[in-house]
Amino acid sequence: MGYKTIIEDDIDVLVVGAGLGGTGAAFEARYWGKSKKIVIAEKANIDRSGAVAQGLYAINCYMGTRFGENNPEDHVRYARMDLMGMVREDLAFDMARHVDSAVHQFEEWGLPIMKDVKTGTYLREGRWQIMIHGESYKPIVAEAAKKSADKVFNRICVTHLLMDDSKDNRIAGAVGFNVRTGNYHVFKSKTVICGAGGASNIFKPRSVGEGAGRVWYAPWSSGSAYGLMIDAGAKMTQMENRIVLARFKDGYGPVGAYFLHLKTYTQNGIGEEYESKWFPALTEMVGKEYLDTENQHLSHKPIPTCLRNHAFINEVNAGRGPIHMITMEAFQDPHLEEIGWHNFLGMTVGQAVLWAATDVDPKYENPELTTSEPYVMGSHATGCGAWCSGPEDVSPDEYFWGYNRMTTVEGLFGAGDAVGGTPHAFSSGSFTEGRLAAKAACKYIDDGKANGITVSDKQIADLKETIYKPMEVYTVGRNEIVAGSVNPNYINPRQGLDRLQKLMDEYCGGFGVNYMTNEKLLQIGLKKMAIFAEDLEKIAAEDIHELLRAWELKHRFLTSESVFQHTLFRKETRWPGYYYRGDAMKLDDKNWHVLTVSHRDRKTGEYTLAKAPLYHLVGEKED
Amino acid sequence: MPTFVYMTRCDGCGQCVDICPSDIMHIDKTLRRAYNIEPNMCWECYSCVKACPHHAIDVRGYADFAPLGHSVRVHRDEEKGTIAWRIKFRNGKKDMELLAPITTKPWGTGIPQLADESAPAKDMVDSELLFNEPKYVAMNDNALPTLKSNGLTLKEGVYY
Repeated sequence: MGYKTIIEDDIDVLVVGAGLGGTGAAFEARYWGKSKKIVIAEKANIDRSGAVAQGLYAINCYMGTRFGENNPEDHVRYARMDLMGMVREDLAFDMARHVDSAVHQFEEWGLPIMKDVKTGTYLREGRWQIMIHGESYKPIVAEAAKKSADKVFNRICVTHLLMDDSKDNRIAGAVGFNVRTGNYHVFKSKTVICGAGGASNIFKPRSVGEGAGRVWYAPWSSGSAYGLMIDAGAKMTQMENRIVLARFKDGYGPVGAYFLHLKTYTQNGIGEEYESKWFPALTEMVGKEYLDTENQHLSHKPIPTCLRNHAFINEVNAGRGPIHMITMEAFQDPHLEEIGWHNFLGMTVGQAVLWAATDVDPKYENPELTTSEPYVMGSHATGCGAWCSGPEDVSPDEYFWGYNRMTTVEGLFGAGDAVGGTPHAFSSGSFTEGRLAAKAACKYIDDGKANGITVSDKQIADLKETIYKPMEVYTVGRNEIVAGSVNPNYINPRQGLDRLQKLMDEYCGGFGVNYMTNEKLLQIGLKKMAIFAEDLEKIAAEDIHELLRAWELKHRFLTSESVFQHTLFRKETRWPGYYYRGDAMKLDDKNWHVLTVSHRDRKTGEYTLAKAPLYHLVGEKED
Repeated sequence: MPTFVYMTRCDGCGQCVDICPSDIMHIDKTLRRAYNIEPNMCWECYSCVKACPHHAIDVRGYADFAPLGHSVRVHRDEEKGTIAWRIKFRNGKKDMELLAPITTKPWGTGIPQLADESAPAKDMVDSELLFNEPKYVAMNDNALPTLKSNGLTLKEGVYY
């Protein structure tokens, strides 16, 4: 195939994926690496890429420490409670103590942040959320990243990370192809900061046909954060911790501002409050430490997101659906009505389109809610991602190996969805993690840790062959049939994605089975995944666009396999409402008050899983 | 929801192709105009709609759950720093116009060039501080919080 090989050499910091994590990394790297070569490789266009491409109407992670609102440890306690205890509290504390610096700089850069006119502080939507006019959030942070970077390569689908041929388990850059020209791009770099995204579209979505694009997390979030890092041999953590979202039906419009700011609330199909009646049985399942309805108001502990989902799912299964959002009261206030609509236009325009199409005016009709298909990511109310080192002054020995946010692969750092155990980072926290990773990456280079990296011509040539293989498969197999997409020698990326989604849904706890799975189902699923892996070698791409979809599918596959392995390993139901292990329906702190850590052998593909200790922040007074 | 392109308005300039995060706006080789090649990978993020200089791109709700006959149009103006929306319901009963700011400063002027900042001193390099800190991260901008300053330790076990 006549695609050129384009080599970018002598890079110090390579940012793979420039969403909020990657832009934070590129921006900050320039300060600590004045003369360092900083390069960005981005799958789309940095001005509108990643999960924030569409914009946001709130920043969900802001402490307000300077205004005496919250301390970093308050955030840690909140994230810990919401995730049923399973948080890397060193990383969460570290992110939280820096995040305000990012948010105030966004304001300096021109991001419109709403103010509380009385106090002069940012306008709060809830305890952690502040309200913004964030339509241009992404273009603004992209501008900052572009100012710092030496070069930005847009439209590069990074398929693999490069490994050092002279030292085992050390990073050496990345490779991919340009989705416009088809050319093969090689980035030789001393460090890589993986800012790629989490995974939508790995579980069968509720919507069918055209509507399959209206997923909660962006359809271009292809699990590449995990696909790239797992393939490089990085250890992963909490990959079983997929998230299910309660959202407006079909459009998946956000509910945060509705609950917190507009004070709307939910009811079942016959107009009743339904959550509390499920709580006593739920307390039995998870224990009083996690759901103590009698004392919850005294302890100021939030009811975890997953447990509220549990009540929702059970109420619908009991035949009292649909669950409605009661908007008719709040929307009588024209100011609140306007906020309700702005909220969608700022971050989920499709929900506004849907209400316009179905004549749903929330002033006169209470809209329906639904629970989504599961998603695998690490910055919302879930913490999937790589097992990363924390900062020196906070982390215990088990969590620290030299460089903040470095994975278990030397020189490979993470930010945003890529970092495991750090839920509730959201946009601002992901940007902050990128900044932390950038400073650490510069230090790693200055400490001489990246000296003597070699990349053999063979590694580069082999990866080139691997990347374009789906086009080769197509060319060879295509002429055996008259026309159409049914071929005995290959499947196309869409057919592969359909198979993955069905498999994940039925065996790994998707919406189609009410989020239920068990050991037997998981083992059957893994068997099918192993055969699927063979077919993935026969994926066919008709053109460069399909080649992009083929590689996204491969990244989604690696993500999914990891989810299967982790779900099988954790023999308990830690997050009822996210998923259930039918063969272990209780939360089991005696055996599973741990973080799960996996390693996939690069050569054999074999998985090994282990438990890692869980540390909690303990104060002298409160705990 | 999935985007489509009006034949008479598109001049094939390719702005939508350049910006689409999902790589689904492509130029038709015969007609030399843009179209959505993969509607089920469209997030209706409106990036292309906002970028089109001719307002040639619109959105028609997903066929599997959105009835025909609605409209959500947008005009984004970087110079004015605003975005203007118009929402029209299928039944014609609601027709809303909404305006929001997208920036508070002339485009790009508020962002520092970090290469021009003076190099960090060694004690800053060795600290846990990031660029511009401890500004904004603490009361009186005095110091970055640590476990010690906040009276905390990390302890293994079940503590809530």
